[in-house]
Amino acid sequence: MNIIDIKNLTKKYKEITAVDDLNLQIKEGEIFGLLGPNGAGKTTTLLMLTTLRKPSSGTATINNFDIVRQPDNVRKSIGIVFQDPSSDEILTGYENLKLHGLLYGMPGDLAERRIKEVLELVDLTKRKNDMVKKYSGGMRRRLEIARGLMHHPKVLFLDEPTLGLDPQARGHIWGYIKKLAQEERITIVITTHYMDEADNLCGRLAIIDKGKIIVSGSSRELKKKFGGDIVRLKARNLNISALKKLKYVNKVEKRDDEVSLTVEDTNEHLQEILVLVGKVESVEVHSPTLDDVFIHYTGRTIREGAPEGGWAEKAMAFRAKR
Amino acid sequence: MGRESYGFQGEKMNNLKGIYALWYREFKVFVREKSRLGFSVINPLVWLLVVGGGLGSVVSISGVNYKTFIYPGILIQSVVFSSIFFGVYIILDKKIDFLKEVLVAPISRTAMFVGKVVGGSTDALIEIVTLLVIGYILESMGILTGVSINFVSGIVSLGFLLTTTVAMVSLGLIIGSQMESTEGFQLVASFLLFPLFFLSGALFPITNLPSWLSPIVLLNPITYSVDGLRGVLIGISKFNIGLDFGVIGVFALITISIGTYAFKRMEV
Repeated sequence: MNIIDIKNLTKKYKEITAVDDLNLQIKEGEIFGLLGPNGAGKTTTLLMLTTLRKPSSGTATINNFDIVRQPDNVRKSIGIVFQDPSSDEILTGYENLKLHGLLYGMPGDLAERRIKEVLELVDLTKRKNDMVKKYSGGMRRRLEIARGLMHHPKVLFLDEPTLGLDPQARGHIWGYIKKLAQEERITIVITTHYMDEADNLCGRLAIIDKGKIIVSGSSRELKKKFGGDIVRLKARNLNISALKKLKYVNKVEKRDDEVSLTVEDTNEHLQEILVLVGKVESVEVHSPTLDDVFIHYTGRTIREGAPEGGWAEKAMAFRAKR
Repeated sequence: MGRESYGFQGEKMNNLKGIYALWYREFKVFVREKSRLGFSVINPLVWLLVVGGGLGSVVSISGVNYKTFIYPGILIQSVVFSSIFFGVYIILDKKIDFLKEVLVAPISRTAMFVGKVVGGSTDALIEIVTLLVIGYILESMGILTGVSINFVSGIVSLGFLLTTTVAMVSLGLIIGSQMESTEGFQLVASFLLFPLFFLSGALFPITNLPSWLSPIVLLNPITYSVDGLRGVLIGISKFNIGLDFGVIGVFALITISIGTYAFKRMEV
């Protein structure tokens, strides 16, 4: 069953089309990733799916409710962890969760039970009575993930869940996301511009650029579509045209005295290639990453355009203001 | 065991809980940030004792000392200022994603607005009661002679002050919902606050005003708050108390309606 069905979803601002005729189905129970560079339209898509922004045209259903016509039902069906911190740091972790329970109309005893469960899930039980301003960036994220889960949503949206976190905290968050996917049996939609994150967490993903889905599938499928491993050779007087004639070489790109080949079944064919090119300075073989897939389809790397204003910095700025 | 995914309770109940949730948050934060109450009480006292005391040594109006005369005006000033500035917190919520967390909850925008108004008014209520108690103490010490604070006048005063508060909190929230920066908010709020205060008769009697000034003062809704409160606390007023209360009440209803509309249209 498709828990999310996006049909021709479009968002236009005055001059730009942030989301351009998006069509996508997400199945119940999967961890789905929207991967793309900053400004690709991931967050706008998420804001439309969570009813916070109205589409210019097109729509989507979540849990069989239409995001435009039945926003209240959609809201009850989803949980969301925003890109920027969204907890009140003058309140304790427990109080933030209690507030959430009230906002979602949960009966008191159910709310208390869920607060206990979700705090347990993200290992924050011991810190529940500390004010959030005393939490680290990773802890605050965990609290917000716990909060997103509290009201038993069908779908949990995570917008750049590890933006601005250090590698160790990122690893932890990944662990929690995997754990809750199992224990809470819900559908999770993650937006990210980290390839390793998408690779690590998501069963299926869609690569999105300039508001359009370029390609979607499992990480393995996408890499397979790439057409082989990447072989980088460094040598003088490379015989490019001879390389291009090889059937198992799908793509040849030359840069200075370096050439990058896409090779099927590298293990079998590497020897032949090396014989053909003769003496080489260096050889490098690696299987394609999602970044390679992205470059393959867009001609750019996903890293171009660094993330603006990290999560942690914004939290600090807010703290200073308040 | 069935998992309740949505629709825990009826919509009305959800909205009431939502209002309580927003109040709960504002109240907790207010209690923890004790400096907020401190400053909101010290500022009016400085006005009262320095401006009122200074001018009071030479000025008396309608037979009462100047200090006594401006006490109701200072009370109104105090709630007007802190109520409008309460709107700045919505901009701080916008700066991080807390506002989105509230907006994405399954409660109506009206409930959201009401919750904020109730929250902000509670802060002001604590301030009002503190200032009334201080007024009572100053009166019994002979510093504010002529101010009569008893059970009845206290309750009626609360009515005036709270209605004014609700109107001003709504006004602050209207501004806050439209603005992106705290600096911008402060600019707009100050632009509104000073005429609201200085042209309200808080510091001077509104009888016998110059003809160019009179209409402006009469158009200012705060004039009626001050006039009504002054009538209640020291027995000097230009208008009937019913008229005073009616004007400020209608003004509150207008700001609440506009505020609800502004919240419904607010996008993130």
